[in-house]
Amino acid sequence: MKLYDTVITTPLLLGTAQYPSPAILAEAIKASKTEVVTVSLRRETADGSGEKFWDILQQSGCHILPNTAGCHCAKDAITTAHMAREIFGTNWIKLEVIGHSDTLQPDVFGLIEAARVLSEEGFKVFPYTTDDLIVGEKLLEAGCEVLMPWGAPIGSGQGLRNPDALRSMRAYFPDIALIVDAGIGRPSDAMQVFEMGMDAILLNTAVAKAGDPVLMARAMAGAVEAGQLAYAADPMERRDMAVPSTPILGLAELM
Amino acid sequence: MNILVNDIPREINTPTLAAALVELGFDHPAIATAVNGVFVPASNRAAQVLSQGDKLEILSPMQGG
Repeated sequence: MKLYDTVITTPLLLGTAQYPSPAILAEAIKASKTEVVTVSLRRETADGSGEKFWDILQQSGCHILPNTAGCHCAKDAITTAHMAREIFGTNWIKLEVIGHSDTLQPDVFGLIEAARVLSEEGFKVFPYTTDDLIVGEKLLEAGCEVLMPWGAPIGSGQGLRNPDALRSMRAYFPDIALIVDAGIGRPSDAMQVFEMGMDAILLNTAVAKAGDPVLMARAMAGAVEAGQLAYAADPMERRDMAVPSTPILGLAELM
Repeated sequence: MNILVNDIPREINTPTLAAALVELGFDHPAIATAVNGVFVPASNRAAQVLSQGDKLEILSPMQGG
């Protein structure tokens, strides 16, 4: 899969928040086989805690995708993107402009505005968006080459709330990298994403808050592979009625 | 002069952002700065003069989803 000019082979992007320890985070990154990890920016303390976390990330060898989590307007998101570019040395930015504190639903108007400004400045924008097709179109017009529709509210683990809308998105944007971000709770949710032909998933809470995050990272990696294989294998159509799988030709007459 | 550093009142004795970061103990490389909501690149910190009441934000890498 290509994310802008970068080819990645494992279509699973992993968030780095909420793990029980830095060591478990490092193990989960390995177990998930991810090549892209998401990070954020927060106020630094004089003891340099952020610097220590940055050292762990650099040792992972993964591509870094900084986010603008917590920004509620385009201006804050743009400024945060500028700061992230300087710290992380990447022009990738997972653009979040949050519209509502309870649902963490994207403010798609602010999102499009920020995406346009940042794209013009040379950023490679990964917009966290809804499954709305017209918003998707506007984001592409703004310069995005990747769309990241939500599956369900961030951290909810509900799985895909509206799979029909995501299927429509897949059909509407056949050549755009679509990454389902947010809402994945279980490996079966991840499989569903890939069975409908999506390009990738972004996970965090589902792995970090599992009883055994490293084991769940492995399970997610397996689900991603199974879902991709299933989509490539072209699953059978569903039928309303039973159709015998065992041939009836040559069936004995025993009455 | 008195400024707000990550929303905490601090007194500094140096006029530039670059010097203030050293004085405040934030002289490690993995930080980014903004003054009064405007990003100040590392290359501009030596020239960025701080004023009484300025709001300085110092951000660093953090776990994120």
